[in-house]
Amino acid sequence: MVKTETEEKNWVGRPVPRKEENRLLRGRGKFADDIKLRNMLYLGFVRSSYAHARIVAVDTSRAQARKGVVSVLTGPEIASETQPFLEIGPEPCAKIKDYPLAVSKIRYQGEPVAAVLAESPALAVDAVELVDVQYEPLDPVVDVEEALKDESVLHEEAATNRVWRGVFEYGNVDQAFAEAAYVVDIDRLHFHRFSSTPLETNVILAQWDGKDERIYYWCNNSFPSFAIQFLAAHLGVPIDRIRVETSDIGGSFGIKITSYPQMAVCALASRKAGGRAVKWVETRSEHMLASAHGNERTFRRTRVALDRQGVITALVSEHLDDCGAYPRYEPLGCVIWSQVFPGVYRFRNARIDFTQAVTNKCPVGPNRGYSRMQHLWFLERVVDICAHQLAIPADEMRLRNYIRREEFPYTTPNGCVYDSGNYAKMLDVAKALIGWEEWKKKQASAREEGRLIGIGIGTTLDSGTNNFGQSQIVNPAAPFSGNSQGANCKLDIYGEVVVAVGSCPQGQGHETTAAQVVADVLNIHPDTVTVRTGFDTERNVHTGFSGTYASQFAVSGLSAVHGAAQKLKHEMTRLAAFALQASSDDLEFGSGSTGPEIRSRSTGASINYWGLSNIVNVNSAVLPPELHDITLNCRYVWRAPFKVPDKEKKYGSLTLTYASQLHIAVVEIEPETFIPRILDYAAVDDCGTRINPPIVEGQVYGATAHGIGAALMERCVYDSLGNMLTSTFSDYTPITAMNMPNVKYGHIETPSPHSYSGAKGMGEGGAAPLHAISAALQDALSARGIVIADSFNNGDSLFRALAEQKSGQGTKPVKVERRS
Amino acid sequence: MPDEPAPVTLKLKVNGKPCALTVEPRRLLVELLREDLDLTGTHVGCDSSYCGACTVLMNGRAVKSCTMFGVQADGAEIVTVEGLEKDGQLGPIQTAFAEAYGLQCGYCTPGLLLSALQLLGSNPKPQESEIRKAIAGNTCRCTGYQNVLKAIRLAAEHMAKG
Ligand code: FES
Ligand code: FES
Repeated sequence: MVKTETEEKNWVGRPVPRKEENRLLRGRGKFADDIKLRNMLYLGFVRSSYAHARIVAVDTSRAQARKGVVSVLTGPEIASETQPFLEIGPEPCAKIKDYPLAVSKIRYQGEPVAAVLAESPALAVDAVELVDVQYEPLDPVVDVEEALKDESVLHEEAATNRVWRGVFEYGNVDQAFAEAAYVVDIDRLHFHRFSSTPLETNVILAQWDGKDERIYYWCNNSFPSFAIQFLAAHLGVPIDRIRVETSDIGGSFGIKITSYPQMAVCALASRKAGGRAVKWVETRSEHMLASAHGNERTFRRTRVALDRQGVITALVSEHLDDCGAYPRYEPLGCVIWSQVFPGVYRFRNARIDFTQAVTNKCPVGPNRGYSRMQHLWFLERVVDICAHQLAIPADEMRLRNYIRREEFPYTTPNGCVYDSGNYAKMLDVAKALIGWEEWKKKQASAREEGRLIGIGIGTTLDSGTNNFGQSQIVNPAAPFSGNSQGANCKLDIYGEVVVAVGSCPQGQGHETTAAQVVADVLNIHPDTVTVRTGFDTERNVHTGFSGTYASQFAVSGLSAVHGAAQKLKHEMTRLAAFALQASSDDLEFGSGSTGPEIRSRSTGASINYWGLSNIVNVNSAVLPPELHDITLNCRYVWRAPFKVPDKEKKYGSLTLTYASQLHIAVVEIEPETFIPRILDYAAVDDCGTRINPPIVEGQVYGATAHGIGAALMERCVYDSLGNMLTSTFSDYTPITAMNMPNVKYGHIETPSPHSYSGAKGMGEGGAAPLHAISAALQDALSARGIVIADSFNNGDSLFRALAEQKSGQGTKPVKVERRS
Repeated sequence: MPDEPAPVTLKLKVNGKPCALTVEPRRLLVELLREDLDLTGTHVGCDSSYCGACTVLMNGRAVKSCTMFGVQADGAEIVTVEGLEKDGQLGPIQTAFAEAYGLQCGYCTPGLLLSALQLLGSNPKPQESEIRKAIAGNTCRCTGYQNVLKAIRLAAEHMAKG
């Protein structure tokens, strides 16, 4: 029976259950390490125990002689067969020679020196021990300010440790300082190094197949379009000869973007082994030592001008970013922070002198909140420190400085356009959730008992869908700009609706949300839509920007899916009009007794998807010539409406959407142990229209856990020799269910005018907990004259701060000049 | 390097099915499950017994299969995530995880399901603090545990209803 009424259902915006669950809950996920190939070999890396050293000799003979070992690869061998990886930055960065195995020098502990190929994983582990490397240790540099002295240089060919420097200046800074009522100086703030450490480590299967001279990858890289561009140039092969497939990925948070050096080694090893497939499964310790960490950043000599009301009018500061031993994806981080140049604040005059340098530590990569969270944390520290110095309550200080609701779309001093938002309202919602007034009272009485309780606010942004043109601010010769995503929507031969996208999700539920979008376009149930996610070069849907990173799928990915579905719908309409001898306006999409169909309102005649697909695919002689362009297989590329930014002025629209988060943390510092404990926690989110609310909520919780973990527990610790002291989970201590507080979740929706659905990219969360927890600790300790100057705080650091304060050894990191 | 020690033959029951295998003595239980029996639902996330991605039940108790040798499971009954469904139907804990959006990437999920199964087997009405303790050895990097806790509470309710 044909239903006469169209089922009016909006699947977008509803809590549709995730399609992914069916396989993941049964243990049938297909993760890279689950794949086995015929005659596969296993690769193990020989890694340096030094952080900075010259390689005197590598002797592989004992390993080669070992039974079960097929071959050993070394740096010089790879260097003779390949080009160094592309460097994104201009000189001096461009002079750096980066190979996937160390050639003559070691630049961080854990850097791979050689790779061993063996018949089993255990034999590979054994053989790694048999490679003898002789080192001549050099002076390690683990601090960015030390590195910038260039006393010990990592990359001799670049002749300096400085990777990039640029001054971002807008408005009239000098005048604003001349007119200021208060000037606050903050000597040093420091954002620590950590990593979101996905639970699944990097895994690569590679085969350089001699039969067709192609390289096949099955892996969990999370930005394969970027990886293949680097690999093709490095290996000297046409890019269409590299096929990358990803399937289920056990988390990435950006960290898996930079696995292309290991991908190169695996392919070269396969070629050396005559085309046998090669598998490498990273161990957790390898991951901690040598995959990628988040950027560490030091903020020096910050000066803030404020008016009599405590409104910030100008800011100057020097930012020193530590990118570890090789810039790789960097120096993009040197500009990406400027997507959120003023944070959520209204100041128009600022000068930020940004420098990035290499140090003898693990190279950094884009880690959830990449490059923006460091800057947003800095701004939140500035706001809180100024508030405390001027005795303005933290909430009031923010209200005086926030960009106002009526100012959206708001153009920032550097030309970015904040699409929508309402920060003051988020503050209200968060205060209500946490019970602000009650906590204030509790805090006051606790203080009388000598207890240290602090309440902190963190307001932050998650900028999504970036304009790759910002790379030209770093390097005017960089051939990148804009952003695009591809999708394909088709009816298969029996009428199945199949969608393919170029993303490689790691738990964000793309299969579900893409199905919701298509279901709305065709007025069918999402269960009838099959979504192929996971990257596959040969699916031919990807663009050069495809992957899953930088909070954008809801905008770029789903816009592409929406475009492809509409294209398909248009073709289906034309075809159905022909088949049913009806006019297109008479047709409606819906479901009938045989499933999805199109029917004529006037005659009631209908044709189902099999019928339509049959005509095009296997019955095409009936098709009149004017319909020969119909394929029912529609590829659509969505392009973000960007222009190339002004490189000189460092001005332009750098990101399309700006989700915002406001968190409030209540923290107590335990009197005996000085361990900070979270007493209460609220998180309010605004990502515009929510495609699938529980998925959004899940992302908020996940990002909150990463932020809380990073603020209180998780830190990559290096000693002065560059030894990494947190190379296992037991040392690094990722947050567990025992440490994670209950989060009171709230949300507001300010739909984005920049996306077709009103959605904004979200998922990185802007590291709001780091801001809120630093603020809460500051609030707890400000009465004692302590300033929270580091993003990482634990019992040890707080004990030291209080002890130094007591003994009068504490430095005065903040000065205030009152001119009125 | 010494000669390889002789392989060992062992018998165990996995998800109700008896199996006999011959493995290297250093073969870990998780390798035995994943590589020899192709039960790839059990995962590895660390090298240090921290993360619990490899959690399985051995004789009814949750164990970290990355920190046990296969030979230690000789004669044991093992349950892995693949053993949780009945006739193709998801078990109550699995259903609760789906309903509560208790997973994202799903890499930690098999381990969490088995830790939850052990908990609810001995304590059908756990307090929140007891749930947290039961999964203290299961790291999840995606969910922030909020919906995992919710899922386990929901599973307890489902199981109480029968
Ligand atoms: S893999 Fe077994 S505890 Fe992490
Ligand atoms: S869902 Fe990804 S680690 Fe738990």
